[in-house]
Amino acid sequence: MGDKVLQMNNIMKIYPNGVVAVEDVTFELEKGEIHALLGENGAGKSTLMKVLFGIESPEQGEIILNSQKIDIKSPQDAIKKGIGMVHQHFMLVPSLTVAENIVLGVEPKKSRFFIDKEKAFKLSKETADMYNFDIDVTERVEELPVGLKQKVEILKALYRGADILILDEPTAVLTPQETEELFIQLKLLKEKGHTIIFISHKLDEIKEICDRATIMRNGKGKGTYLVKDITTAEMSRLMVGRDVVTTFDKVPVNLKETVLKVRNLCITGTTGIKRVDDLSFDVKKGEIFGIAGVEGNGQGHLVEVLTGLSNKYKGQIRIFDQDIKKCSIRELRDLGMAHIPEDRMTFGCAKNMNIMDNMFTNQYHKPDYSGKVLLKNKIIESRVNELIKEFKVKCKSYRQSVAMLSGGNIQKVVVAREFSTNPTIIIANQPTRGIDVGAASFIRQRILDFRDAGCAIILISADLNEVLELSDRLAVIYKGRFSGIFKDVKNVTELELGKYMLGIKKDDRLEGIIYEQ
Amino acid sequence: MNSNTKLNILRTLLAVFIALLISFGIIFLTSEEPVKAIVQLLTGPLQSQRRFGNVIEAMIPLIFTGVGISIMFAANEINLAGEGAFHLGGLAATYFALNTALPPVISPLATIIVAGLCGMIVTGIPALMKIKTESDVLVSSLMMNYLILYFSTYILSNILRDPKAGAVVSYAVPSVTQFGTIISGTRIHIGLFIALAVAVLAYVFLYKTKLGYELRVTGENREFARYSGINVVKITLVSQLVGGTIFGIGGGVELLGMYNRFTWTSLLGYGWDAIIITTLAKKNPIYVPFAAFFLAYLRTGASIMSRSTDVVTEIVTITQGIIILLVVAEQFLSKYKHKIIAREAKAALVEKEGE
Amino acid sequence: MILDAIFSPEFLNNTLRATTPILFAALASAIASKSGVINMALEGIMLFTALFGVIFSAAFQSPWLGLLATMAVGGFIGFLLAFFVLRLKTDEILAAIAINLIANGATILILLFVSGDRGISSSIQSIIIPRITLPIIKDIPFLGEVLSNQNVLTYISLIMVAVVHIFLYKTPLGLQIRAVGENKDAAESVGISSKKIRYISLTLSGVIASLGGFFLSGGYMTKFTIGMSAGRGFIALAASAMGGNTPIGSFLVSLLFGAAQALSNILQLGAWPHELVQMLPYATTLIGLGVYSYSRMKKRQRLTGR
Repeated sequence: MGDKVLQMNNIMKIYPNGVVAVEDVTFELEKGEIHALLGENGAGKSTLMKVLFGIESPEQGEIILNSQKIDIKSPQDAIKKGIGMVHQHFMLVPSLTVAENIVLGVEPKKSRFFIDKEKAFKLSKETADMYNFDIDVTERVEELPVGLKQKVEILKALYRGADILILDEPTAVLTPQETEELFIQLKLLKEKGHTIIFISHKLDEIKEICDRATIMRNGKGKGTYLVKDITTAEMSRLMVGRDVVTTFDKVPVNLKETVLKVRNLCITGTTGIKRVDDLSFDVKKGEIFGIAGVEGNGQGHLVEVLTGLSNKYKGQIRIFDQDIKKCSIRELRDLGMAHIPEDRMTFGCAKNMNIMDNMFTNQYHKPDYSGKVLLKNKIIESRVNELIKEFKVKCKSYRQSVAMLSGGNIQKVVVAREFSTNPTIIIANQPTRGIDVGAASFIRQRILDFRDAGCAIILISADLNEVLELSDRLAVIYKGRFSGIFKDVKNVTELELGKYMLGIKKDDRLEGIIYEQ
Repeated sequence: MNSNTKLNILRTLLAVFIALLISFGIIFLTSEEPVKAIVQLLTGPLQSQRRFGNVIEAMIPLIFTGVGISIMFAANEINLAGEGAFHLGGLAATYFALNTALPPVISPLATIIVAGLCGMIVTGIPALMKIKTESDVLVSSLMMNYLILYFSTYILSNILRDPKAGAVVSYAVPSVTQFGTIISGTRIHIGLFIALAVAVLAYVFLYKTKLGYELRVTGENREFARYSGINVVKITLVSQLVGGTIFGIGGGVELLGMYNRFTWTSLLGYGWDAIIITTLAKKNPIYVPFAAFFLAYLRTGASIMSRSTDVVTEIVTITQGIIILLVVAEQFLSKYKHKIIAREAKAALVEKEGE
Repeated sequence: MILDAIFSPEFLNNTLRATTPILFAALASAIASKSGVINMALEGIMLFTALFGVIFSAAFQSPWLGLLATMAVGGFIGFLLAFFVLRLKTDEILAAIAINLIANGATILILLFVSGDRGISSSIQSIIIPRITLPIIKDIPFLGEVLSNQNVLTYISLIMVAVVHIFLYKTPLGLQIRAVGENKDAAESVGISSKKIRYISLTLSGVIASLGGFFLSGGYMTKFTIGMSAGRGFIALAASAMGGNTPIGSFLVSLLFGAAQALSNILQLGAWPHELVQMLPYATTLIGLGVYSYSRMKKRQRLTGR
């Protein structure tokens, strides 16, 4: 350690919508260290790294690699200079094999023009063996579990001779156990002389594995520290700028009648695989029913059928004792259902329309807001202004298009719309993913308010903190089945949850998942 | 975003300017008398009342097609069967007018309604096919155009053909059905008012009604619309049907106003003209008449130019293509746009720090 | 009588002939689609290259040099489409429509400028690519009559099916094209420039389509007439889509559409009303597309097991 391998000086990046994502940040890297880049969502960590990897071009600043000023215009440039990046969303071609993904772009050839498949297998296998990755390189990527996909991503970078490896929130999609495995791998890489940038907002992970940490807040650098010299409390203060309030005042749960009944629900996915396998549960008014799990264990399919986006299921779903199989989405919503979608840009908004247009898609048809043919634009306008104020959406006016807002504010638009109908059932799927702490706690408080007002809420989240904080009852979903149920959430630890999420522990009795037969 | 709108207008104007410049370049390269040709192209339509009348006459069908495609595109469905719908509208109007004996006013009215219904069928078939079989509307709608062309030609030469006329044309539509001219010395007909009314109604439909709102949300993000409870299948179908109807009415109006006999033995290209109009009008029906006027002016100018010089009218098709390319090009002038936005953002930063 | 005609070697020979331009365009479309861009400008590219084929082969007094020059034109238009779509971020469909529009006008203009002809290139003395008889194969009964005595370009189109297949599935560039088409970001993340790959794909697409355009005016017919691509570029889009954008699939569907065209050509000579017979290729495409899409939809539904 000690040699500076990389310096990024006074970097500034402004996005096309005018958001200043990184403002005059300086970042230094020493050889052979694991360096944390720490900050909450939207602090500019990813953007800074995209600048380093040539995906974004900065408005100002310079990059110095091994004492030489360099210009990185594209990922190609970055790769050539020995920089590799493992993205938060995997960059893999699903229909190709592991080996094809690894050698893509630098394929071994035979008779000058053709791909040498055998050699591709051999070379990828060699790289995998060198770093102790246990993976079958002949398998198609689409058939791999998440943990392995991430390994393919890391291998891709190593195969291209990456000395500096950027990992963008690598643990976000992993279980605690898979995370441990990743950390062992990273330590091995460090021993072999690689330098690692570890982007995260999880302080305990940084404590465990990193040597130094650079902290970012609101696009600005807040200093670089030796991890062993700084406490987690200090880190979090620098990161958030105030002491974090992690607990909400929760009044005891006040259960009323059962609103949602699910019995023997089975869903088959497009590839013919069972995604949801014989699920039964009840949700009562006045409670938050949390569903924890690693992403891709059936949560998405479950939400689709609960909210009416799909009616391809076997079994029964009843809301207010009405079978919803034949219900349209409109009918379900008119029954009092609200849905905060997992992916706000796909399902939650039309980004090129203005805020007003986005806030009324679920209720413009109600007599308050329209006649037989025409919309009552004046009334809608004033109601939208109220909602913008109530939900503290930061914008110039309702005429601004949603694309111009930050992630947190877009999510507020979504939540404002969904909550403005006074719902009786809320299905919240990853309601605070990828947004800043302020907006997240605002939304969580809102969800609690609705619980106290007697709303039935299903909370699906991969953020274990969130489900543990908010849920009154908590179920863990694994491969389309519940592997555990906790009636008393207070005494559950993240580690314990992780075991159920991975399917290592299983509870077959599932007591308390349904209230009545 | 005021600077944004300004920039958009600037971009469009610049695109038109560049396209004209390129066309002038081509004229200079190919013509013996380029200056005369360009002067005729630009000022020809203003030289007499009759010529300016030609501009307005040419504008009428263009308004219909521009409005029709704007409504279909609003649902983000690239249905290009408008061409066929317009064509069949003309044929249906002829057929209906020749085979009914209705009193004045009722007769032209009924005729264009029939034309509209036939147009609706043409764009409706690809739309229905998409719903029932998930087949791509782009290709199926293009095939419809060819089918309609040959079908119409068949009907014309086997059923409607007037044997006394020299060319392959239909019998003349009865005079009660024909549109009268409203300004003497020109052939501007009552269809102008119908066209303008359609543009205004379409604007009200898209921006003031429930259905129009549903349509716009669906077009901007189909998944979001469905999630919100909008019946996207129905809405998309409705937009294709309404669009086709407007094309069909356009065909009927054009026939009753300008032709009186069905003579169309090849596709007229109104479906393609519609694209440039909606591009210039930014999919907003209320701007369509202006875009249609521009194109009609250019067309009339070109036709005057071709009669008095050696330059052919097809030069306008090239101009049209270039305009579409440049106006739709998002990155055209985008560097300039990004600079403005970055400057504004930096200014805002300085302001904040000053507080 | 019709059935006899359909199973005659003469009809099958005609089918191959009518398939040729569609097949070239369908292969062109397949390459573009594999890279993730729909090349709807095929129609305009074929129209342009049909004209330039006549002009160049007359200018060089050699069909082969003419073909080479025409391929350059096709590649250039493909590149132009790529430039607008990739560099200026123009919607790919609208950009293609614009190019098709320009082709309509520009071919008339260029023809007039070069030869003074209006509508048909009657005063240009172009040299067309010959038909050849294949030794040995011509003596095989039935098959010989079908396969032999075709235009050289028809044979080239059949060879191209294999060439494009090997290109897409066995070469590094082919792998990269498929990767870009399936997940652009993944390709980018390993330093493959998706733009570069798409520039290459669309240019190649233009080159291959130009073979089809050249064949139209220098093989299928012997002159250029305005609008002579007559929707073949659009039919080819359907052919490659229905063939799953694979070269072999595209070939099989192109054969079907070629047969419809050949049948239409034959029936027009008979007592049938020629306007209705002319609808045949387009009706086949429309119905074929419907049937294909419907079965694909049903297959998907079966998998999700309703």
